Amino acid sequence: MDKVNILLIDDEIEFIETLSERLELRGYNSEIAEDGETGISMITTKDFDVVILDLMMPGLSGLDTLRQIKAIDKKLPVILLTGHGSTKDGMEGMQLGAFDFLMKPLDINKLIEKIQLALK
Amino acid sequence: MYKSIINNLFLLEKEPKDHYNTLKRNIVIIMMLITTLPLATMVIINYFQYRSHLRSQIVAPLYAMSEKTKHSFELFLDQRLAIIRFISTAYSFEELADEQKINKILISLKKESFGFVDIGLINMEGTLVSYAGPYSLLGKNYAEQISFQETQINGQYISNVFLGYRKFPHIVIAVQHLTESGQTWMLRATIGTDFFNSLIKSMGLPRQTDAFLVSEDGLLQTDSLYYGKTLEKCPLKIGESTFNSENIDGSGNNDKDKIVVSSVFSIADYALVIVQPKSVALKSWYALKTEMIIILLISLAIIIFVVLRMTDSLIQRIRTSDENREHVIAELQHAQKLSSIGRLAAGVAHEVNNPLAIINEKAGLMNDLIELSEDFDKKSKFIDLTNAILNSVDRCRKITHRLLGFSKRIDVKIEPININHIINEVLDFLEKDILYRKIDINYVLSDDLISIESDHGQIQQVLLNLLTNAFAAVEEFGEVEIETQNIDNGGIQVRISDNGCGIPQDVIENIFDPFFSTKKEKGTGLGLSISYGIIKKLGGKISVESKLGEGATFTFDLPKKPIELEEIDG
Repeated sequence: MDKVNILLIDDEIEFIETLSERLELRGYNSEIAEDGETGISMITTKDFDVVILDLMMPGLSGLDTLRQIKAIDKKLPVILLTGHGSTKDGMEGMQLGAFDFLMKPLDINKLIEKIQLALK
Repeated sequence: MYKSIINNLFLLEKEPKDHYNTLKRNIVIIMMLITTLPLATMVIINYFQYRSHLRSQIVAPLYAMSEKTKHSFELFLDQRLAIIRFISTAYSFEELADEQKINKILISLKKESFGFVDIGLINMEGTLVSYAGPYSLLGKNYAEQISFQETQINGQYISNVFLGYRKFPHIVIAVQHLTESGQTWMLRATIGTDFFNSLIKSMGLPRQTDAFLVSEDGLLQTDSLYYGKTLEKCPLKIGESTFNSENIDGSGNNDKDKIVVSSVFSIADYALVIVQPKSVALKSWYALKTEMIIILLISLAIIIFVVLRMTDSLIQRIRTSDENREHVIAELQHAQKLSSIGRLAAGVAHEVNNPLAIINEKAGLMNDLIELSEDFDKKSKFIDLTNAILNSVDRCRKITHRLLGFSKRIDVKIEPININHIINEVLDFLEKDILYRKIDINYVLSDDLISIESDHGQIQQVLLNLLTNAFAAVEEFGEVEIETQNIDNGGIQVRISDNGCGIPQDVIENIFDPFFSTKKEKGTGLGLSISYGIIKKLGGKISVESKLGEGATFTFDLPKKPIELEEIDG
């Protein structure tokens, strides 16, 4: 079985780099994008199994990025990350078709759990 | 202009208590002035008008009476003069000089007209040449007497009353006769004054009222009730003014207790004087005056009472509305303060959250790497260290989430809940503390407590905060009472009371403010402000009552459904 391809989109480069490394250690193939536009262009050129998207980003916002991703591939599961307890953004994301949402700082085990659920 | 005066009077920038007292004083003064001034003015005007009116009403009849009586006197005297004048014309000097004839004349006079005592004829030299009467005056010379001189000048004369030889009062009347030959002679008659007294009696004077004749030199010409007998000096000052002026008025007299009315005779030097005590004359005036004063006093009492009561209630209303306004402003300021601090806290929490997430991932990666690597020196020590970092991050995350929850609801999940169950859950959680500190929990939980829609976790948080505080406040063996009940608006109420140290008033005022803590290093000062925020968010109310040394009671209400959710559902 091929490795699972995960795309991480977040402006906090330190965060996604480290998270990416941890996911690699757990046997996933992960790539990173520093903003929404980069992330979207990467989706168009490569097939990903799961996208992990931060909602709070400068430039193209998390929710807008989500809309565009869904426009490209409706079935691609997207797990949202929120920096604060704004359930409003989370709920809106869910309505736009996001798979689930998690709060930062992350519990890596919970994230793995969600990824596994998303893949099913 | 007057606006600034009104402002100065009523909008005083002073201490609140002073302000209300000054306001009250000014309103009372102004209202009193406005109401009593016209009243007083009217009373004063009426007083003087009635007084002058009544005086003239009382004096006028007296004056009319005195004039009428004076005319009777004058008529009487005039008649007597006319008779004497007729005799002087009807008879010649020689006829009158005849003693028999003059005696006959006197007899006819006495028969036809009362009062005559004697009659005598006086020649040019003033010698009495003929006389009829009870005295032997024949030959007496009158040239030096005033009566003779006055008659020579005026042609006729009426004397003042005097006591003659017989010691009874009488007057002399005399007329001069001028013959064709140029000779003059004089006819002189004496008249008793009994009729004076009878005339005065016939006036029909009211009680206590005196009337008498007085001569120009102040001698009584008739008996007076109060001022002496005939020919005594009259103690009243019937001054020259009385005789010089025809306009006689009681008020012109200086006497304070009496009204004196007098009429001056034109044919003799007499004045008829009527004296009436004011107590009699002004009886109706005094009654009216008393009534006026009583009405004035009653009105004043009513005005004062009404003004004071009205002002009191007015000031009370102003004070209440001021207090309400201040209360609302204070609440608003408090709410604004809470909301701005909430926003600040949310901002700080959000900013801290991102680096926290990075630390979390770095430490996690470190942990991953250590676990994956072969055994090395102090490997387990490193694992412990990274786990400690991760635990601390977890604690920080909880704090930031709490801070965020202060302004926003984190993961609000509205579901039907039973407060009694949540209380039991929280108490289970605190069981060790309760046992260890031997705290006596008194449950007053309502059995038929309705189930409400609210957030389970948040209410747990609130109960945890309140119960932790209550436990902290009591000593060992302290008592904490937990009471739940349904309330009128369809919601529920929870009361948590302790018998601990109580909360000072200044602390109560700030107790729900964020970062306000009395526990110093031990507390964040967020517990109660978060509870406050949660209850407000869930549409409820939280309040505290406390007496220092007697414990404290926290009460919160929760509605059947949070209002916000109802809106969404609708």
